[in-house]
Amino acid sequence: MSAEIWVFAEERGGTVKPTSWEVLGVGQRLAGELGKPLAAVIAGSDVGSAAGALAAKELSRVLALESPALDPYTPDAHTRAVREAIESESPDLILFSHTYRIRDFVPKLAAALDRPYVPDCVGVTVEDGQPVFVRQVFQGKIDARVAVRGEGPWLATLQNGAFPAEDVRAGAAAAPVERRAMDSGGAASRTTVLEVFEGVKDKVDLTRAEVIVAVGRGIGKQENLKIVQELADAFGAELAASRPVCDNEWLPMDRQIGSSGQTVSPRLYIAVGISGAIQHLVGMKGAATIVAINKDPNAPIFQVADYGIVGDLFEVVPALTALARAG
Amino acid sequence: MKIVVCIKHVPARDSRLRIAQSGEWIEERDLSWEINEPDTYALEEALRLREKHGGEVLAITAGPDRAAEALKRGLAMGADRAIHLAGDVFNAADANATARGLADALRGEAPDLVLAGVQSDDKGYAATGVMLAELLGMPHSTLIMEVEVLDGRVKVKREMESGWFEWLELPLPAVLTIQSGINQVRYSTLKGIMAAKKKDLRRVEAPAAGSAGTGPAGTGPAGTSPTALHGLAFPSRTSRAEIFDGDGKAAAGSLWERLRRDGKLR
Ligand SMILES: Cc1cc2nc3c(=O)[nH]c(=O)nc-3n(C[C@H](O)[C@H](O)[C@H](O)COP(=O)(O)OP(=O)(O)OC[C@H]3O[C@@H](n4cnc5c(N)ncnc54)[C@H](O)[C@@H]3O)c2cc1C
Ligand SMILES: Nc1ncnc2c1ncn2[C@@H]1O[C@H](COP(=O)(O)O)[C@@H](O)[C@H]1O
Repeated sequence: MSAEIWVFAEERGGTVKPTSWEVLGVGQRLAGELGKPLAAVIAGSDVGSAAGALAAKELSRVLALESPALDPYTPDAHTRAVREAIESESPDLILFSHTYRIRDFVPKLAAALDRPYVPDCVGVTVEDGQPVFVRQVFQGKIDARVAVRGEGPWLATLQNGAFPAEDVRAGAAAAPVERRAMDSGGAASRTTVLEVFEGVKDKVDLTRAEVIVAVGRGIGKQENLKIVQELADAFGAELAASRPVCDNEWLPMDRQIGSSGQTVSPRLYIAVGISGAIQHLVGMKGAATIVAINKDPNAPIFQVADYGIVGDLFEVVPALTALARAG
Repeated sequence: MKIVVCIKHVPARDSRLRIAQSGEWIEERDLSWEINEPDTYALEEALRLREKHGGEVLAITAGPDRAAEALKRGLAMGADRAIHLAGDVFNAADANATARGLADALRGEAPDLVLAGVQSDDKGYAATGVMLAELLGMPHSTLIMEVEVLDGRVKVKREMESGWFEWLELPLPAVLTIQSGINQVRYSTLKGIMAAKKKDLRRVEAPAAGSAGTGPAGTGPAGTSPTALHGLAFPSRTSRAEIFDGDGKAAAGSLWERLRRDGKLR
């Protein structure tokens, strides 16, 4: 049997994470193009129900790596379990989603195996029987094509939201689930998890806002925020921000939009001086209409915007405020 | 305690980038450069830990000649000494090759703590620190928002998805990648810049840094990467945005008119 393609799926509370379906869709396509069988792999202390959900999809098998040592998550235990499985099964290509957990242990795994690691990809094609990846460099301003050298397994992660989860095909019959009790002995995890907790509950709920004016580091300094507050007031909008604005304590944390902030889908989102890093985009690209004001024509925010002004926000914002006030 | 901070020299955030003729890298001429922003948080955290616990902060970078500039700035901010792992090979290096170079250069230093940024502004692998931990045989954690050094251990607060966090404990020596917002980064003072001139900035040539002169399996010499950049291009994803030009006032006027006409204002 030719070596498999693996899709590493993640679950929380028994449910497969949405990003894992995105990766599975890509895995199914590549399995077809490369003519290789596809397996889904999942790791945890009790992954039965997630494995069942995966088995309903078009793939040749589900490999469930189970051990009490895998819960709570630590990079040592996860690396050990997945590494053991890889070394005994020798897959060719392993696809992951670029989540916080994957970023935490898969680079370690790749270094331990000494195999190529291509993180945060937005495209994968097959050329001469090998995968070629596209990933963004320079904060989304430039795309790079990446080829892998040497033998498999090649490890790659896919950017969250870059591929549609709906592409996953159901299988004709349930795929077999192979449960592997992973060795929990050996060197114990060096990390001890003391506590897992939810941060301060959002004081300001931006998820219900109809119109949001969001400000980024382009505003320069805290004193300049006045002009975007005025714009927000004129539009009857809530004021929100990118992470650096909150990191700098120019606005409170609960105004942050993005992967580590709130996810919003207002009717109108006006991004002022925001570059459009992926971690910001995931929090706002569901907005019905997106307006971007940025002086850099190559800023990635323009890739998701419906309307844009390439210009200096210090000229544009007051002018727009005046128009909005006049109605 | 001895704290190593990995800092990278990258184009300033608001650079207008051009792609080099080779299509393999950017045109470096006429760019201004800075310390990779996430690394400034790591350096700041190292300086604070030194202020609290005593010891030494060692900054290291792997990069071409220009990268020494990042170390000079790091020394001006307060690092005690610096190592420049010098080589043009690091422009094309992926995280694996870079981590190998850094690991070889650091093995003799026996640090208690290694801090890196969460990701580089140029290549954005989000991997080098974690790979370095594996190569040095140290435990690690990523996206750290708080660091407390205890006796032979470190207690850290790690950021997770959608507003969740965790407290972890790791034995030292350990590698941590520091998340933005953990602290407010200090500016370097004129005094710091003057003092930096007298500090030890050691240059190590990259090829000598590879273990036995070889890179990762199947890739040849040290510094060679198991992945290869095939070509750089501006994104082909077509923007669906309608762009309004002209001076600020005129552009704002056109935008306002269009929003009204398209029924986007209510
Ligand atoms: C794990 C992780 C989680 C993260 N979570 C989040 C998150 O939840 N939310 C988030 O926002 N970020 C998050 N980030 C950070 C993210 O990667 C970016 O660094 C951040 O979004 C950049 O913010 P920005 O666009 O405001 O700043 P910059 O990237 O510095 O962009 C500033 C922009 O302003 C423009 N500009 C400057 N001056 C002017 C002017 N006078 N007129 C017009 N335009 C101007 C510039 O052209 C530039 O495009 C996260 C990062 C990581 C690694
Ligand atoms: N060439 C380099 N020299 C020193 N440190 C580096 C280098 N490349 C990456 N790093 C460190 O690793 C972190 C993550 O980088 P990356 O894996 O490229 O996203 C950076 O924030 C730096 O702390």
